[in-house]
Amino acid sequence: MSDYNFAYLDEQTKRMIRRALLKALAIPGYQVPFASREMPMPYGWGTGGVQVSAATLTPEDTFKVIDQGADDTTNAISIRKFFEKTANVGTSEKTEEATIIQTRHRIPETELQEGQILVYQVPIPEPLRFLEPRETETRRMHALEDYGLMHVKLYEDIARHGAIATAYAYPVMVQDRYVMDPSPIPKFDNPKMEMAAIQLFGAGREQRIYALPPYTKVVSLDFEDHPFDPSKAEHPCALCGAEDSYLDEVITDDQGTRMYVCSDTDYCESRRATGHIGTEGTQPEEVFA
Amino acid sequence: MTPLLSVKNIEKRYGARIGCTGVNFDLFPGEVMGIVGESGSGKSTLLNCLAGHLAPDQGSVTYDRTSTGPVDTVTMAEAERRMLSRTEWAFVHQNPRDGLRMGVSAGGNVGERLMAVGARHYGNIRETSTDWLGRVEIADSRIDDRPSAFSGGMQQRLQIARNLVTGPRLVFMDEPTGGLDVSVQARLLDLLRGLVREMGLSAIIVTHDLAVVRLLADRLMVMKDGNVIEQGLTDQVLDDPQAAYTQLLVSSVLQV
Repeated sequence: MSDYNFAYLDEQTKRMIRRALLKALAIPGYQVPFASREMPMPYGWGTGGVQVSAATLTPEDTFKVIDQGADDTTNAISIRKFFEKTANVGTSEKTEEATIIQTRHRIPETELQEGQILVYQVPIPEPLRFLEPRETETRRMHALEDYGLMHVKLYEDIARHGAIATAYAYPVMVQDRYVMDPSPIPKFDNPKMEMAAIQLFGAGREQRIYALPPYTKVVSLDFEDHPFDPSKAEHPCALCGAEDSYLDEVITDDQGTRMYVCSDTDYCESRRATGHIGTEGTQPEEVFA
Repeated sequence: MTPLLSVKNIEKRYGARIGCTGVNFDLFPGEVMGIVGESGSGKSTLLNCLAGHLAPDQGSVTYDRTSTGPVDTVTMAEAERRMLSRTEWAFVHQNPRDGLRMGVSAGGNVGERLMAVGARHYGNIRETSTDWLGRVEIADSRIDDRPSAFSGGMQQRLQIARNLVTGPRLVFMDEPTGGLDVSVQARLLDLLRGLVREMGLSAIIVTHDLAVVRLLADRLMVMKDGNVIEQGLTDQVLDDPQAAYTQLLVSSVLQV
């Protein structure tokens, strides 16, 4: 343990990140620049999220990492191990037990409570990036609330596909002021963003931090005659039978057979532990036996 | 009568060089003003100062806003100026690529201004776009095509539709017919003249084509080396030019 400062980053860096976090919380949805550090992992693997987590962790925290909802993927396991080693904090796979949850591309199904912090890994923080390539111009557009262009993107979707085809990273309006990219979470998760927990967003490569304080108003952009629709696959989970959770489509052979399972592994397991079994599910005890 | 736009003593310098200097004029509602002069005479600099794209070093531009009455657009906040430029003003660039979003369909291009001022009903936006494409003689079937698939003349007409869709009162045009062949130019001018008269637009048109101003402009201003050397009614200036440079300019037009 003595080889690392607590949570890997040095104190000055954590201080710098905390200042950015405080500013971000004071102006919900505003992208605050920060001096992103090199982390011992490639860009795109969550360097922004890791830095935000490192600056937020205290020795008493319980840490959870999910990657597309799952606790057991390479990315989630290695980030969890990273903080076990460098911060010696307790870790958990249970959403309710965790005080800080770092996530890539999902919000847990279990409703988060006050006192919890959700840290997002963000690849591209700028919602206007692919509409207006100039950073100077997008900043000015944010400053002047010049957001007509955002709806042009949705217009183009409807003109081309008959419906708003954006399924993830669906743009939101925060507290009637800033348009924000919610990171590539499925639009199914957008309504959950008005929550009791603090949400922090870190983009390492792009060197931006933004945040949503608890109970911030978050509205998904839409048209009056094409309202926002948080869609999901029309199936129950094959393992736990849940009808209300976001599902992954898993192709099981080369004949086109597929099954739909909860992308939130903790949610699925805890449902099975309490006796909710889907068509292809088993009790978790049997799995680990 | 209050002038729609009142320009007082505008000066813009690029370092020691003069962009334009000592420009004064009033533009009244429904009036079309032409600005002519050779390349480098400061026409575009002046237009950009008036439209708020460039900050003039001196002088004032007072615009008679519908809601509040006369306001100085040079000193107003940028947010307000942007609001003006997407509601009551329009700017037609010489090159349609500067004024259009090339990656967005024709309908989206026309709809952008509507959405920027708060339109949130897809059906209505689409209907208005279709209507405006019709008014600038672009077929309905092209509404979902990108401007890159359009000819130069169509792109320019699309740019005009995109600008006029919110019913502006003042249109700035920077060589709207530049780079088009003569027959397309003639149709575009015809269209512009119709729209200007029909909507009661005021316009400031910068051009070096005297035929354009003869057709469109009520009044004419001749610029040389950043200074206004002559102004008056279009026909008067073109038929009886007083300044030596204007005489040269008028006599330089080739007769077919």
